[in-house]
Amino acid sequence: MAANSSSIPKRRASLRRQDARVAWLLLIPSLAVILGVTLWPIIYTFILSFFNAPTGINQIRTFVGLGNYIDMLKDRTFWETVGRTLYFTVVSVGLELILGLAVAQLIHSHPWGWQFLRFSLIIPWAVPTIVNGAMWRWIYSADFGALNGILMQLGLIKHYVPWLTLPNTAMNLVILADIWHTMPFVALILQAALATLPEELNEAAMIDRANAWQRFWYVRLPLLRPAILVVLIVRTVEAFRVFDIVYIITSGGPAFKTITITYLTYLNTFSYGKQGTGAALSFLISIFTIMMALIFIRFLYRPEETR
Amino acid sequence: MRTFYKITLIIMVLAIAVSMAGCAPKAKQPVTLHILTQDQAGIKPAEVDQIARDFEAKNPDIKIVMEYVGYDYIHDKIVTGMAAKPPAYDASMIDVIWPDEFVKSGYLLDVTNRITPEMKSGIFPAAFNGVTRNGKVYGMPWLMDVKYFMYNKDMLQQAGITAPPKTWEELVDQAKIIKQKGIAEFPIDWSWNQKEGVVCDFTALLFGNGGTFVDANGKPAFNNEKGVQALTWMKQTLDDGLTNPSSISSDENSVRDNFIAGKSAFAVNWLNQYADSNDASKSQIPGKAAFAPMPVFKAGADAGIKSSSVDGSSSFGVMATTPYPDQVWKFLTYLTSNEVQTKFSAEMLPIWQDDYKGDKLTALKAATPTNPVTVPAFMEQFPYANERPTVAYYNEASAALQLAIQEALTGGKSPQQALDEAAAKWVQLAGK
Repeated sequence: MAANSSSIPKRRASLRRQDARVAWLLLIPSLAVILGVTLWPIIYTFILSFFNAPTGINQIRTFVGLGNYIDMLKDRTFWETVGRTLYFTVVSVGLELILGLAVAQLIHSHPWGWQFLRFSLIIPWAVPTIVNGAMWRWIYSADFGALNGILMQLGLIKHYVPWLTLPNTAMNLVILADIWHTMPFVALILQAALATLPEELNEAAMIDRANAWQRFWYVRLPLLRPAILVVLIVRTVEAFRVFDIVYIITSGGPAFKTITITYLTYLNTFSYGKQGTGAALSFLISIFTIMMALIFIRFLYRPEETR
Repeated sequence: MRTFYKITLIIMVLAIAVSMAGCAPKAKQPVTLHILTQDQAGIKPAEVDQIARDFEAKNPDIKIVMEYVGYDYIHDKIVTGMAAKPPAYDASMIDVIWPDEFVKSGYLLDVTNRITPEMKSGIFPAAFNGVTRNGKVYGMPWLMDVKYFMYNKDMLQQAGITAPPKTWEELVDQAKIIKQKGIAEFPIDWSWNQKEGVVCDFTALLFGNGGTFVDANGKPAFNNEKGVQALTWMKQTLDDGLTNPSSISSDENSVRDNFIAGKSAFAVNWLNQYADSNDASKSQIPGKAAFAPMPVFKAGADAGIKSSSVDGSSSFGVMATTPYPDQVWKFLTYLTSNEVQTKFSAEMLPIWQDDYKGDKLTALKAATPTNPVTVPAFMEQFPYANERPTVAYYNEASAALQLAIQEALTGGKSPQQALDEAAAKWVQLAGK
């Protein structure tokens, strides 16, 4: 009996070891993929950021330590670009959140045709960014654009306006195109979150004579905080790395006024052939985005609300 | 459990075996060549495709896959394509400003030994200059292009102007008349967007004012009074409403679109704009476009400069990594042959000198409906093509100059300040 009882734990331990072996074996393919596709490029880029690494075949790379980082941090263009990218991020994500919340609330109140509204929201979001950028570039076209056409017909302008040549306007127009494209994503996430909120709270607030605004502000909005946190993190990280829509609509012009930090990275890496600088910039972008995500988590994450 | 362990192991081994089988050598097939070129200046993609199909019919063992992108994207496509394993292209169009960088990068095959005596003596030396570095040839000359000054004959006639301008100052006078008479809201159109186009136009203006990019010591000189005057003049034409304000965001295709829509009276562009302006299916002004030699500034004219443009030639480079250099060279030789170039000469004239002499000249002029006009225009303008600097860091230097010009044009900085900053950047780049 004694021998029998001691052999059971042993067998269990042996099974656990076997389970662990199988588990590791099954994990190997996905680990290999993660290592090859995600981790290795990150490690490689990190190593590259310490070298002067011109593009080309069999190029000699020279170790420069933190040189690429220091050069960038001392460069005025870099800081101007960071400021411009922050402007893009704050304005586009801020407006997307406000508009997305409004649209989500509208759908949630189930007005006539709300299902059609929800369906049509998917269209701008489903359009690839490249197509979206090309479309808005034509809308803004100084000579043949729809925006000028509409404003002329409404009598709001007397001459066609070369929108994308105006240094203080071009970035805002890119932001507008980005909002049109991405706001539906925010609206759909928030609408889904709204649909999960308990209706009893709303009814209780109504009995307490809370008006619609109070019910939204004091009851629903606090409960939406986890969803808003997700949206803010996802969208801020995306917006801070914006590239394609700028590339298509303005190519960074006029006078570098729409160059964002990812665009600067692209220029350095591929157009100027400075892979080391590009790698350093990539890591600086990562540091900025992680910092922003941490700030959101610090101020918005309440673990007790998600339990 | 042990059985499950065994099954898992067998499945994994099988999966690896199947995936390895996919890598097994295949039966012999035609060699496929991937070639990158532009969908902008020069002949159109449909015509290049036709040339490729003709070549394939004559060479069934070679298959040509052409890829077309806008000019402004080709450089970066080459760089990313060459970083791939295996590299994405066997050959690519190479602009006149890239060989220094690409030779340094090791992208281009040295084809000096493949250039036959007939090619050496038959092709314009200027076309070879674009791909020759340290006595070695790194590509097959393909397109000899310059920026041309084109105008709308009808508009000038309506304005009572009898001859196109010879100087940029005369252009301003004529544009003012055209604007005042309401014939065109913005009579002049340029490609001054933040790309290479603005540097090309600035090159024509700079040299037309007696300026240069660098002095005899290799130091930047475009920020001296000649360059500042040229840039100040550019800004003034915008302020006076003579240059279309959209020029600051326009590339050459936008300039062409405005010109063939009858919106502008004067346009600076590559040769292909002329054929498009006469294409009744898309042009509002067929038969109304005309060439004049690119004007110069009065100061330049007084100094004996007759005209000033910019060299926009390009060639085809064989990628150093291609496993099929012989097949690539065979295709490039066909693509740039005298016969093919004459046949497709509506938007791109041949690189062969003999085509511009005697009976061959007569044949060339008769080859397409536009050649009677474009061939003399080319012969008149090409000798005045000025070069942009030939340095390995050209792209970054050009970006600094593009920024400076745009900052001045949008009023962010004075022309002097903007050009001084670009010159400082050039000095910094040269020192690295």
